[in-house]
Amino acid sequence: MISPAGRGPAGRKPGSRQPADRDPGSRKPAGLRPVWLAAAVLSLLAAVIAGLALGSVRLPPAGVAVELLDLLPGVHLNSGLSEREAAILTELRLPRVVLGLLVGAMLALAGAAYQGAFRNPLADPHLLGVAAGAGLGVTAMIVLGAEVTAQGAVPAAAFAGALCAVALTWLLGAAGGRDRSPAALILAGVAVSSFLSAVQTYLLQRHVDSLQQVYSWLLGRLGTAGWRDVLVVLPYALVTAVIVLSRRRELDVLTVGDAEARSLGLHPQRSRYLLIIAASLGTAAAVSVSGLIGFVGIIVPHTIRLLTGPSYRSLLPLSLLFGAAFLVLTDLLARTAGGAAEIPIGVVTAFLGAPFFILVLRTSRAVQT
Amino acid sequence: MIKTEALTVRLDGTPVVQDVDLDVAEGEWVTVIGPNGAGKSTALRAIGGLLPFSGTVRLNGVPVDRMHRRDRARAVATVVQSPVVPPGMLVFDYVLLGRTPYIAPLGRESEADLAVADEVLAALDLAPFAGRRLETLSGGERQRVFLARALAQGAGILLLDEPTSALDIGHQQEVLELVDRLRTERGLTVLATMHDLTTAGEYADRMLLLAAGRVVAAGRPAQVLTEEILAEHYRVKVRVIAGDHGPLVLPIRT
Repeated sequence: MISPAGRGPAGRKPGSRQPADRDPGSRKPAGLRPVWLAAAVLSLLAAVIAGLALGSVRLPPAGVAVELLDLLPGVHLNSGLSEREAAILTELRLPRVVLGLLVGAMLALAGAAYQGAFRNPLADPHLLGVAAGAGLGVTAMIVLGAEVTAQGAVPAAAFAGALCAVALTWLLGAAGGRDRSPAALILAGVAVSSFLSAVQTYLLQRHVDSLQQVYSWLLGRLGTAGWRDVLVVLPYALVTAVIVLSRRRELDVLTVGDAEARSLGLHPQRSRYLLIIAASLGTAAAVSVSGLIGFVGIIVPHTIRLLTGPSYRSLLPLSLLFGAAFLVLTDLLARTAGGAAEIPIGVVTAFLGAPFFILVLRTSRAVQT
Repeated sequence: MIKTEALTVRLDGTPVVQDVDLDVAEGEWVTVIGPNGAGKSTALRAIGGLLPFSGTVRLNGVPVDRMHRRDRARAVATVVQSPVVPPGMLVFDYVLLGRTPYIAPLGRESEADLAVADEVLAALDLAPFAGRRLETLSGGERQRVFLARALAQGAGILLLDEPTSALDIGHQQEVLELVDRLRTERGLTVLATMHDLTTAGEYADRMLLLAAGRVVAAGRPAQVLTEEILAEHYRVKVRVIAGDHGPLVLPIRT
């Protein structure tokens, strides 16, 4: 009766209508609006300039901007910064800011992807236990493995830990039967998190010699960031971003639930596995260089949802950009607000994120399954 | 066109649908009735290719379990019993989800897809709602939007699981008249499950009565909706009166 090529309603072929049939003013599908993209890029630039200019030594923002342009190949400009100031900029602050961008982008993107894949507004790399898993992976490698000379192996160990953790959380969260409520999954995540942290503490107790090495990493290492760290994370971040961003329409389809998504021709489980693996890879990459920084995956995507609506087609790219800007600004706060001593960045994000989490908990409706 | 032979579905090892033979001709409307737990929804899901089964199910002559899932979604559209209403989603975007089987996995909607959504919304008098959030619509309006998404799939076969269970009688009639009109205009083949026997009989060309997963009666509404058959399988006393469009079934206190 109908060809596999399909047909539109009223027996027309879907392609038989010309684009001209639509009024120029007719409704556009949900997607990334240029004005929001522009806002995200501008806040990203503002965050970068602020992150580079402010600190124990103040640099003129205009000079910072010119010095950045000077770094571009083929551009030669005189920023007016002294040699010492230029060194502070490119050797100390720039790697830290770039790493902050990558970590923030990954944590926010992973949070949004987990929320879509689990259809759970409370999902977050930390609350699902993924970050703890990645942490245990790194600790185990430092403690049991040989030297950390093989820096490239750190994200891989974190990734292995992250995947084990998310699988464990998923299995435990589903153990209650078909009633897979948002809270059940998060409770499972909390349990997995505590368990993995306990294992980590045990490992540390047994290997006191590596204690300092692990703790300096645990408390967040953006402060000691160098270009090496950036190079270690960058490939993982790129792979994660490409996979997750390319699936943004699928995440919109998944919002109607597995049964209906299947009737629309999707393979929901396959999409979900791929997204969870990609988000865990991004989380692992972030954790392996920055230690444990919580709540970014809750704060950023939910704020964007409030502003631009629920479609993942705008949510994912905006989470990436605003997440990057957010973490750079949070890091700026962490190193300037406390006077001489830096506040760990995870403390700042938790300070902002915990009240936000309560807000989401109170306003999010129960997800139907 | 739908044809099943010895369709059997097991859920957790228990046979829920057994040896169902069903034949729905092109352009025909067949409604499955039966008491709660008779296996109506399960049979519908299996026919839509959403559940594993044994026996055969052919849609337009092709075994449904051998169709690629995207081809299947172009051949058969399902409106489930209580569709999920994604928070915050606009009606237009919801209807566009129906175009998923035509959009490359990493692609986006073409102008043609947008035009189909426009056309379906207009046909169902939903154009003024296009920019509204789905959750703000009333039950009857939502049911029309669910139907619109299914129509946007451009499939010749429409499976409706209890399409009117959430509606008052006025909106029940409105939605079923709409389905009937679309069936005629677009040559759709309709397979539905329903609880209200009188309404079911008024709209269906043929009916199928399932009890404990098996077909116990089939035929024109007047052949299935008889006092004896209903008394036996629903354990209810009813009076059946001839009506203009089919038998009128009235439950009577014993």
